[in-house]
Order: sequence, then C-alpha cells, then structure tokens
Amino acid sequence: MIAELGLAALWLAAALAALQMSAGFLALRAGNASELAALIRPAAIVQGVLVTFSFAMLVWLFAITDLSVKLVASNSHSLKPLVFKLSGTWGNHEGSMLLWVMVMGLAGALIALVERRLPERTMNATLAAQGVVSLGFYAFLLLSSNPFERLPVPAAEGMGLNPLLQDIGLAFHPPTLYLGYVGLSVAFSFAVGALLTRQVTPDFARAMRPWVLAAWIMLTIGITAGSYWAYYELGWGGWWFWDPVENASLMPWLAATALLHSASVLASRDALRTWTIMLGVVAFSMSMVGTFLVRSGILTSVHAFAVDPERGTFILVLLGIFIGGALLLFALRANTISEGERFALASREGALVFNNVMLSAILAIVLLGTLYPLLTEAFDVRVSVGPPYFNPVGAIFAIPMFAVMAVGPLLRWREDRIDRIGKEVALTAALVVAALVLTSLLTEIGLLPLLGLVFGIGLAVASWLPLRGRNLARTPLATWGMVVAHFGIAVALIGMASESAFTKERLAAIEQGDTATVGPWTVVLEGVEPVAGPNWTAVQARLSARYGDGEARELTPQSRNFWAPPQQTTESALATRWNGQLYAVVGDRSPDGRWQLRLWWKPFVTLIWYGGLLIALGGLLALIGRVLTDLRHRRLAARIAERRADREALA
Amino acid sequence: MSWRLWVPLFAFAAFVGLAAYQLTQPKDDFVQSGMVGQPLPYFDLPPAMDGVEGVTSGTFADGEPRLLNIWASWCLPCIAEAPQLESLEQQGAKIVGIAIRDRPEDVAGFLAQHGNPYTHIGRDDLSEVQLAIGSSGVPETFVVDGQGVIRYQHIGDIRARDVPILLDELEKAR
Repeated sequence: MIAELGLAALWLAAALAALQMSAGFLALRAGNASELAALIRPAAIVQGVLVTFSFAMLVWLFAITDLSVKLVASNSHSLKPLVFKLSGTWGNHEGSMLLWVMVMGLAGALIALVERRLPERTMNATLAAQGVVSLGFYAFLLLSSNPFERLPVPAAEGMGLNPLLQDIGLAFHPPTLYLGYVGLSVAFSFAVGALLTRQVTPDFARAMRPWVLAAWIMLTIGITAGSYWAYYELGWGGWWFWDPVENASLMPWLAATALLHSASVLASRDALRTWTIMLGVVAFSMSMVGTFLVRSGILTSVHAFAVDPERGTFILVLLGIFIGGALLLFALRANTISEGERFALASREGALVFNNVMLSAILAIVLLGTLYPLLTEAFDVRVSVGPPYFNPVGAIFAIPMFAVMAVGPLLRWREDRIDRIGKEVALTAALVVAALVLTSLLTEIGLLPLLGLVFGIGLAVASWLPLRGRNLARTPLATWGMVVAHFGIAVALIGMASESAFTKERLAAIEQGDTATVGPWTVVLEGVEPVAGPNWTAVQARLSARYGDGEARELTPQSRNFWAPPQQTTESALATRWNGQLYAVVGDRSPDGRWQLRLWWKPFVTLIWYGGLLIALGGLLALIGRVLTDLRHRRLAARIAERRADREALA
Repeated sequence: MSWRLWVPLFAFAAFVGLAAYQLTQPKDDFVQSGMVGQPLPYFDLPPAMDGVEGVTSGTFADGEPRLLNIWASWCLPCIAEAPQLESLEQQGAKIVGIAIRDRPEDVAGFLAQHGNPYTHIGRDDLSEVQLAIGSSGVPETFVVDGQGVIRYQHIGDIRARDVPILLDELEKAR
C-alpha cells in the first residue's frame, strides 16, 4: 500500500509538472491575460508537496525493509543499521533520482512562493522551463526506473548495500551534490526564462544569485567531503584521482564558480548579460553531462554505479532536449540581447572576466580530459587520461587566475588604475617572490607544488586586503564571504602543494613487535586481531605511533570483509596533528608471517579539506548576506508602497 | 558575431553524437576468465546442504561435459536465471552448482522455492574456487568438458536466448 501511495503521488506530481509547463508556455504566448497564468504558481507548490510525500513513502519502505519492493530487496538488508537503511533510500539509482526530483520540486515550490522581483512574464517562463526539466525527470523515473516496483515474489533477504557505501560520510555525500545540481537547474530555468522574455536584467541576476550560491556551497561541501571519503576509505593515500566521477562533480563546480562571479557583475553593474546566460546553461549542462557519464557507464570509473545503457540513453535524450533546446534558444535570441554596460580592462569587472575565462578554460580542459577516452574509443584506441595531463595543463590557467584573484577584489568597478593599488600589489608580489626564493633554497620540490605553495601563501595574505581601511562592523556580509572563500582557496592550495611536495611513504613488512619509521613518526606493530562488525569481519592491526619523542597514540587500521555482498575494503587509520596526518593501512599477511603495513606522513594535508570548508563557509556568509539584504529591500519597498497608498488616500 | 552563437550548440551536438554512438557500441564490461581452455584446478568442496553431493574436480572427469553454475541464494539475478537452468536440465544438461558464501538453510530455502536443477552442489565459503576458476561475480556459468577442461564462460544471469547457446557449447565439448 505504501509503495502504491508513493507511486500515485509521483504520477500526480508529474501531471502537475506538465500543467506547470503547458500553462507557463501558453501564458507566455498569450501574455498575462491568459487565465492559465494563475495556475502556474499553485501547480509548482502542490507538485513540491506531492513529490516530497512520494519520497517520504520510499524512505518509509526502506525503514521497515519491505522486501516485496524490488528496490529495497536489491539495496537493503534486514541486518543493516537503521541509519544505513535510511541512507540506502538514495544510495541507488532509482532512489537518488527520486531524491533529485524531490529537491527540484521543493525548489520550484520555493520560487513560486517567494520570488516576486521579476516581471510576471519572466516568472511564468522560468516556471515553465522548470516544469520542462522536472517533467523530463518524472518521465525518466516513471518510465524507466520506477522506485516503487514490486517483486512478483517477495525476496527472503535483501542484497545489502555496497559495503563501500556503508559509511556515514558517504551516506550524506551524494545528496549534497544533488542539492548542488538541482540548484543549478533552478539557475538554468531562470536563464531560459530570461532568454525567452529577453529580460536579462540585474534583477534577473539578483533572483538567480542565491540559487547559484546555494548550489555552489553544496557542490563545494560535496566535493570536499567526497575527496576526504576517497582519501580515508579507498586506502590509496590519495585525495583526488581525476576519476570521471570526481570530474563530474568538479565541472559543475567550475561552471558555477564562473557563473557566481558573472552574476555578481550583472547584478551590480548590468554587464556580461549574454555571458551570464551562457554560463547558466553551461553550469546545468555540466551537472547533466556528469550524471550521464556516471550513470550510463560509458566511462570506466572506480565508483561502481548500476550501469544500464537504457538509462544512459534516457539521460542522453533528456540532455539533448534540455541543453540542446537552451543552446538553440541562445543561438536564436542572444543577438537580440544588448551588450550591457561597458567597462575598462583594469577594473573589477575586467578582473572578474579574466577569472571567468580562466575558469572556463580549466573547465574545458577537465571536460576534454574526461571525454577524451570516449573519443578515442570510437577509433578503438583505449587510453586513460590522468594527473600527468590534468595537473600541468590545468595549472597553466590556474596560476594566472590565482594571481588575478589576489588583486582583483581591490580594484574598483567600471574603471581603475593599477597604480592606485600599487602598494598592495607590490606587497603580494614581494611575498610571492620571498616565498619562492625561500622554498627553493630550503627544499627541492617539483615546479607545480612550488608554484602552488608560493601562490597559496601570497593569496592567503592578499585575500584579506579588501578589508583594509574598512569599518569591519559595517562591512557587508557578502564581502566577508568573498574574503573567507578566497582565503579558503589559498588554504586548500597550500594543503595540496604541501601534500604533493612533502609526503613520505613507507611500505613495510614487519612482524609483531617490530618497528617501522616514516618521516618523524615511529610506528610499532603491537598486535593483529580479528574483529567483527554488524555485517563484516576484519583483521585489525594495533599500531602504536609516536611523533618524534611525543606520546604514543594507538592506531587500528583494518582490512574488512563484508558478506552481503562479499567485498573486501580497507579501513585506514589516521593520526591527525596540527601539522599533518599519519595515514596507516594494513595489508595481507605474507607467507612468512609478516604483515604488510603501508604508512604515509602527509604534512599539512588537512588544509585541503579545511580550505574546502572555508570556501563553503564564505559562500554561506555571502548567501546569508544576500538574502538578508533582499529581505530588507522587500520590507523597504513594502513600506514605501504603504506610504504612497496612504498619501493617495489622503489626497 | 551571429555564427559564433551557434558554436556552443554545435559543440554540444558533437558531444551528443559521440555519446550516442558510444552507447550503441557493445561494451566490454566483463572480465573474461583466463582459465577458458585450461583444465580446472584441483578442489574439493563440501556439500552446500544436507542431502546433496559436494563438488570436487573429480566430478568433471567422467567423460561427460557439464555446466558449472556459480550462484548464491542471496543473489537476485540467480532467481531470474532459475527457470533457464531448469529448462537446460530438462534438455539433458548436467549442471553442477557452487554456492558462494552461503548458509545451508538459505540454500535449502532457495532450492525449495525455485527448483533444484543441480546434480551436485558445493559450498565455497571464501570464494576460493570461484576465484581459482576466474569468475568475478555471481552468477556465472562455465561449460566444462569430460576431461575437466573449461571450454566456455557465460557471465551474468542466463536469459532465454542463452539456453540454445549453452546447449550448443555443451554439444561442442562432447
């Protein structure tokens, strides 16, 4: 019954999306006179309620482990801890797509409820576009991946969840990314709405900006968390592998970063109109392309997803309709949108445009590297594109971007002279040069880590300069957000550079009681014991690790065997200090009875993720600042309207 | 200016074209066993439940070609292939099963519900034999000839269209 209720709600929501779409387009043709226009907002709101109900039903089915439902039987297990039963709801294709449409439905309902700044015609077009996108995903769910499908005969027991996914961090990692993707779908709808009605105005950018910001925060958190997960769960000691799935999350982030900045230019200066529209389309298409690459299985990845060519085809068709349609509209309409305000090269806009171009170039590089194996496979050549391509080629554009990032926020809007900020530029340059000389004298490290380190240090200082000479209490929250986010980039950059430059690795085969050293650490293998968990057994090594002459810490890396489904995973053990992490993995036992231990000392590696969190925090500050300002404006406008009404009444 | 506005659309169309082409290409996702053409390694598995015979490499050495089905009661595709195994058995195929990481009571329950086409069922609790013959997942089915040499490997569940292929391979192994 529960499954049927969920399915019925899903069909109804799909019908409402169709209504929202058709009413929106009809209203667009007929003007506001159309009676249908009054239906659009309520349709969006009720649709949000229905799809949320449908998702709640699926969560319920997972909570009670209803094994007559195919999805539950293939992805859950009665022995699984409750939190993983619940996260199992979206730890699979169908459930995650339902989560996607739910968030999309909620986002649509929210715009319908609160967004009143834009002309009604543009809002109708925006909600119509949102209806098209939602309808596509409803069709996908209902026609090819029904999450509520029943089994003819209930299964005796569920098939478990991929043991790699039984991890609290990962339970919340995909939903975070999804929130980001969906936020970009809202930005996409706004862009299409503005393009359809030719209303590419600062108001449009202001309406779109919170959504882009929210999406960007979620993507930042998702990527940071995903990277940390890969780091401690895969047991390879790396934190980024340029794997297609990782790239699939990085590409929308790059596009969203560019979009965020160009939307700011449009909102404050009414410039970069077509470019912002283009980025709005590109950002969403990157999330769709990413989803397609991951789900269709046309690229091989360390992340195992249920691969199904039929679903791949479906996503490709959706992608073709949404993005092809939007790009066609762009090609036809962009000519009729005037260019907007002009600005000098040396200006805030100029710096933002430069960084936009660099971000787009990096995006193109990542996209090309990700798709290249697909291209060569068409000619029967199998290649694998990895760090030797991505790192140096990306750096060509990233390094100038960091340089401009350090000084750009100091420039004034519209027109400025570099010599006005000469002191700040000189300070930053001196810092970079000093760091460069010092590091190359003291240590011998590769060019890329060296550049990363010195630009990171320069940027870490320069990112705070925009606050100089300001009254800190009256500085807008959005400015604080920018400063914190830029500082976060610097922190993460220093972490990445330090990790790649100074990591020490040790592979040792030792007996119980023996000692291995790595960097400043001394590690003693105290013992090896079997341990058991709720659905796994493991071999656990007890290590006693000492940093220099410091206190001994106990580390317990494990090699786990899950039994439903059978799979072996490594659980690394970490010892975190302020200046880095010791990373330990236990391997197999060699025939002579010695245990294989893999140890890494990674100085300042944690800065990578602290940096990521700072970036997200910066975004959050900016978002709160923007929303508060919007609310204040709205109150002000309401008060003015009230006074005017009073005055008219008096007259 | 205006032709440039079409560039994104054309680039996108090129991507869609490439992706669509790749989707239609047969995808080589399967890990083919390096053991095809090789004799079975030596093994000796206890029975997977009471009342059936266990499986040893000697089971295959009586001159009669057999199907070796790697399965488990916890595996959903194995339920899907059960009718096809049944029909293979009715058409004269001798099927030897190896249950992977399974419990006797679950095996019994599975066979009671979905039928038992097996002449022997061995119990492989650590996937040792599965790995030794080069099977990377459940279910997989091997054609083994009368001398114990692996002749053919079928990966994934047996669908209706695979039944004649497997019968044909069994005939060839004779």
